[in-house]
Parts: sequence; structure tokens; C-alpha cells
Amino acid sequence: MKNLIKAIAFGLVTLVSMSALASSGGVHLDHANNDLTDKESLKSGFKTYINYCLGCHQLQYQRYNRTFKDLGIEEADGIENYMYTGEKTGDHITNSMPKKEAAAWFGSTPPDLTLEARLRSPDWIYTYLRSFYMDSERPFGVNNTVFKDVGMPHVLQDLQGVSSVDEHGNVTPAMGGSLTTEEYDVVVRDLTNFLEYVGEPSKLEREAMGVNVLIFLFIFFIVAYFLKKEYWKDVH
Amino acid sequence: MLANFMAWMDKRLPVTDAWNKHLAQYPAPKNFNFWYFFGSLAMLVLVNQILTGVWLTMSYEPSGDGAFASVEYIMRDVDYGWLLRYMHSTGASAFFIVVYLHMMRGLMYGSYQKPRELLWIFGMLIFLVLMAEAFMGYLLPWGNMSYWGAQVIISLFGAIPVIGDDLTLWIRGDYVISGATLNRFFALHVIAMPLVLVILVFLHILALHEVGSNNPEGTDVKKPKGSVPLEEQSKFAFHKQYTDKYDIVDAIPFHPYYSVKDIMGVAGFLILFCWVMFFAPEGGGYFMEAPNFTPANGLKTPEHIAPVWYFGPFYTILRVIPDKLIGAIGMFSAIIVLFLVPWFDRGVVKSVKYRSKLHLFNLIQFAICFVVLGVLGTLPATPVYNTIGIIASFGYFGFFVALWFYSKNEKCKPVPERVSH
Repeated sequence: MKNLIKAIAFGLVTLVSMSALASSGGVHLDHANNDLTDKESLKSGFKTYINYCLGCHQLQYQRYNRTFKDLGIEEADGIENYMYTGEKTGDHITNSMPKKEAAAWFGSTPPDLTLEARLRSPDWIYTYLRSFYMDSERPFGVNNTVFKDVGMPHVLQDLQGVSSVDEHGNVTPAMGGSLTTEEYDVVVRDLTNFLEYVGEPSKLEREAMGVNVLIFLFIFFIVAYFLKKEYWKDVH
Repeated sequence: MLANFMAWMDKRLPVTDAWNKHLAQYPAPKNFNFWYFFGSLAMLVLVNQILTGVWLTMSYEPSGDGAFASVEYIMRDVDYGWLLRYMHSTGASAFFIVVYLHMMRGLMYGSYQKPRELLWIFGMLIFLVLMAEAFMGYLLPWGNMSYWGAQVIISLFGAIPVIGDDLTLWIRGDYVISGATLNRFFALHVIAMPLVLVILVFLHILALHEVGSNNPEGTDVKKPKGSVPLEEQSKFAFHKQYTDKYDIVDAIPFHPYYSVKDIMGVAGFLILFCWVMFFAPEGGGYFMEAPNFTPANGLKTPEHIAPVWYFGPFYTILRVIPDKLIGAIGMFSAIIVLFLVPWFDRGVVKSVKYRSKLHLFNLIQFAICFVVLGVLGTLPATPVYNTIGIIASFGYFGFFVALWFYSKNEKCKPVPERVSH
């Protein structure tokens, strides 16, 4: 019995260590350290998304009004500052880019990004958007160290500028953008934060409910334990 | 009033009698330990899956075009839809954890031995149907891992000579996995399989109550009628179906003693379950795999196709065998040998407590190999992992072969007549 428990514990340890090994492959990712409770950051990310990303990448599963509600944006404010093409507030956040032509322009249709943070992780998005470099071989003149030969131009180039990598892999920091490196990192962090929110809008609600449920269950367990003890008095 | 109503009912349907026979006067050994929680927990998870499943079905759209979007609709627009979905997805993994532990209990204490062979077989059929149920359910979110996982597993049937290609075509209803496959899997997942599952669970419990529960000592709590003096018999009242034929020792009525104990088990289980469900519903990428957050795409293969963790052990056995057909045979044999445990084991002593050191060692190595195979199933195939997988596969099948050889003349400790405490 004890040996069996040991054996299972050993198995679990093996499981954890082996999966750690498996997931360490691939490129190094910086930590986004984004904060879903920071509404200002989420609003800023939302704004950046509308201005720079939405033209190509839809959020076809997320609605405007849900986003306004969760981010604490008044509806009138939302319509004025976040909706440009006359949609209704109950509409999904979509664009009117023709899919077929887009595939011809970029090599493939720009993917929907509603679930990107769940597909790739916030750290991936945060690192990816800071990893474009000059590459004259590519159609848009840029490449990416996180996503090699990506079909997308460096959309935030106005803000970050563009860095270059020489043949030895030495990186020259980005130059020619309107923001400093620190300012750019904040913009990308806010955008990452927004994308994590959009990936699972009910995440904060889920965790808050989880705390209450667990408190209830701990109390319930104690009650159940003493109930069992009381009943089992007549057994031995 | 209530008494009159029950009398009226009992004349027409044996309600009170069934209640007494199966709960209030069912003799359960008094020494069940921790391992005996998992049967009732499996029932709890089954109920959870059925209830959350019914509500998910109300908003889910079983079509190639609409499935993925409807899952996100449930996650965003349906009130507490995210909760229903996570209860269901976490429940699927919890079901297998609980069932694997329940099966391990059976192996440890010889709960498959005579006269419980049929009980064990019903249990194994439940396991088999559960795997089919889970496999079909995993296609329904219509994510890219759903798609490619199903593609890989269904293509296995193509390895069968002569009929293979026609068979895969028949299963898929198309030349590739498509909306047609999704629709039939939906029908099977929400109607056919659950129905079979519930019937099998009913038979499993009926068979259990016919032969009686085993216990960690592997002793019998039902002694021949007239062999035990009255003062040594259990002081509790049991149903006459049991007392007419047997003298009952060391047993207590299932209700209220084990019902209150199981409520405690349920509370403990729910703490762990809710912990995962509310704070890590993706289960570290094992309960919900990242590539499934992008819709099914027949042209875009995920970098590393891995089945869900609970198929890991069987998938690894398939993968370490280079030939596809032999691999598939190996995988299915891994389940068939489990069905046959009652006949591989030729011993008469049930509990590992009173069996040989060799048997204890064999059980431990089996448990380790099973876990290692499971881990390997979720990892990419590399030469080193393959070698480990081959060793673990030998360990897995070796358990049954060794058991058959040593169990005939095994040196066991004397089994006590009675539960000692």
C-alpha cells in the first residue's frame, strides 16, 4: 500500500520533470507581466488593437458591448472612440477585409486573434511584437526572430522603428520610431494584456468565483468529516 | 401521509425493498479504505458530465461551420456558459483519473477474482465505452487538435488488411474528417454512448450487489448460513436476500455509514476538482491542448499531434511498434489483457497484503510502467523516449504474463478469517 503510493508519486515526479524538458524547446520568450485587473492598460491595448491590428485581424467571437462593459468604457464613449465603421454595439469586432485577396497579399489570410493569447501564450505575443528586424529578402522588408518568415509587415514600425540582425546574430536596437524602447514595451504589454482578456473575458470572474467555491468546500469538508465521525461511532 | 403514500407505491413498485436491498440494508465490509472512494466519485463525475452535457447541447451547434464559433458563444454569451464548459472539460479528465485509480484498486485487492469476474468485465466495458465517448467528445469543439487527433486515431483502422480503407470511410462518413464526421460523432457522443454507459453502470452495480463487495483484506463478509455464532455476527440489520443465505460478519449497512463517508470523499474530491477547474482549467495544456484554440484546418497540421493525456499509455504502445498494423494490434491487446485479468491470475488469495513479495513488486512495476507510458504519449517521439517506451510496454504486458506464471503456486501469507479491527 505505502509502496504503491510511493510508486505513483514517483510516476508523477517523472511526469512533471519530463514535461518540463519537453516544453523548454524553442525560442526564448520574455515575460509579459501583464495585469488583467489594470483597466487603463486594457483600454490602451484595446485602442492600439483598433488602430493598428483590426484592419487585418478580426476578433470575430468578441462583441463591442461586452468589451466596453468589462473594460469600464461608457457606451457613448465606446461608440465615439472605439468604433469607426458604423457597427452596432452588439456586433462582433470584425473587419471587412476580403479573405481571398488577403491570402494573395500576405501568403495566407491574417488569422483571427480572439484566442491568440490562449493558442500561443501572452509571453509569446509580447516577445513576438518586439522581435521584428530588417530583412531585405522578405516581401515587407522585415522578418521576425520568434516567428520566422512571418507573412506580416511590422505594423508598429512607426512606434518602434526597426532593429537589424547581422550574420553573427548580433542585434542592433530598433531605431527611427516615435517611442523609446521603454515606451514601446508598455504599448506592447497593454496590447498583450488586451489580447489575454479577449482570449477569455470571464477569467477574472472565474477566479473570483473559485475563491468563494473553495472556501465553501473547505467548510463543507470539515462538516462532512465530523458528520462521518459522528455516524461511525456505532461501528467499532 | 407519507407512510400511506409509500404503502401505495410499494404495492405497485418495490421502492422500499430496492432501497433496503441496495442501500439501507446492503452489507458493505466495514474496512473500506481510501481506495474505495473512487467508485462513488466515478458516479459523481458521470452525473456531472450528463448534466453539464445537456446544458452545453442547448447552445452547441454540431456543424463544421458552426461548432468552433458556438463553443466561443458558450464561453462568452451564454450565462455561466464558461462554467458549464469547464465543468465538462475538467470532468472528462477527472473521469479518467478516478476510473484509473478505481481499476488500480481492483488490481491491488483482487476484486476481479472469482466470483467477481463478470463485475470486472462490466467495469472494463464501461472503461471501453468511456474511451469511445471521450474520443468522440474531443472532436466536438472542432479545434485543430480535435481534428488531427481524430485523423490519426481513425486512420489506425486503415491498417486492418482488406477492409481497412472501407472501414475508415464508413467511420468518417467522408474521405477526410469533415462536418459529416462531426455530426455522427455528436449523435454518438450525446445519445448512443451515454445510454450504453448508464446501462453498463447499472449492470456493474447490480453485479456488485449480487456477489458483494470485496475489501482491502480480501476476506468474505458473507459466511455460510449457520457457521457463525449469533454474538459474532454483525449487529446491524440487513436485507433478507443476504441474511437468508448467509451469516454476515464485519459488515455495516451502506446507508448511512458509507453514504456519509462518501459525502466526505466527495467534498475532498471537489476541492481538488474545483481548484483545477477555477484556476487552471487548461490543466497545464493537458486537459485542453493549446492548438485546440484554433479552428480545425485540414491543411495545417499542429507541430506535435498528441492525444489527450488519458489515451497516452495506449498511444505510446501503438507508437513504439514500427509497423502500423502490429502497433494497432498491440494497442488493442493492452486493453484486452485487462479484460482477461481474472483468468491470468490463477491464485486464490485476493489482497496484495497477503500475497507474495513478487506480486507486490509486479503491481508496482505495472503502475510505474503505466504512468511512464502515459507521460510518453504526450511527448514527441525521440529515440530515447522510444526506448523507454519499449521497456515500459514490456513491463505493462509483462505484468499479465508474470502473473499467470507465478500465481498458480504462489507463496502467500495466511488470510485471516475475519477483518481484524
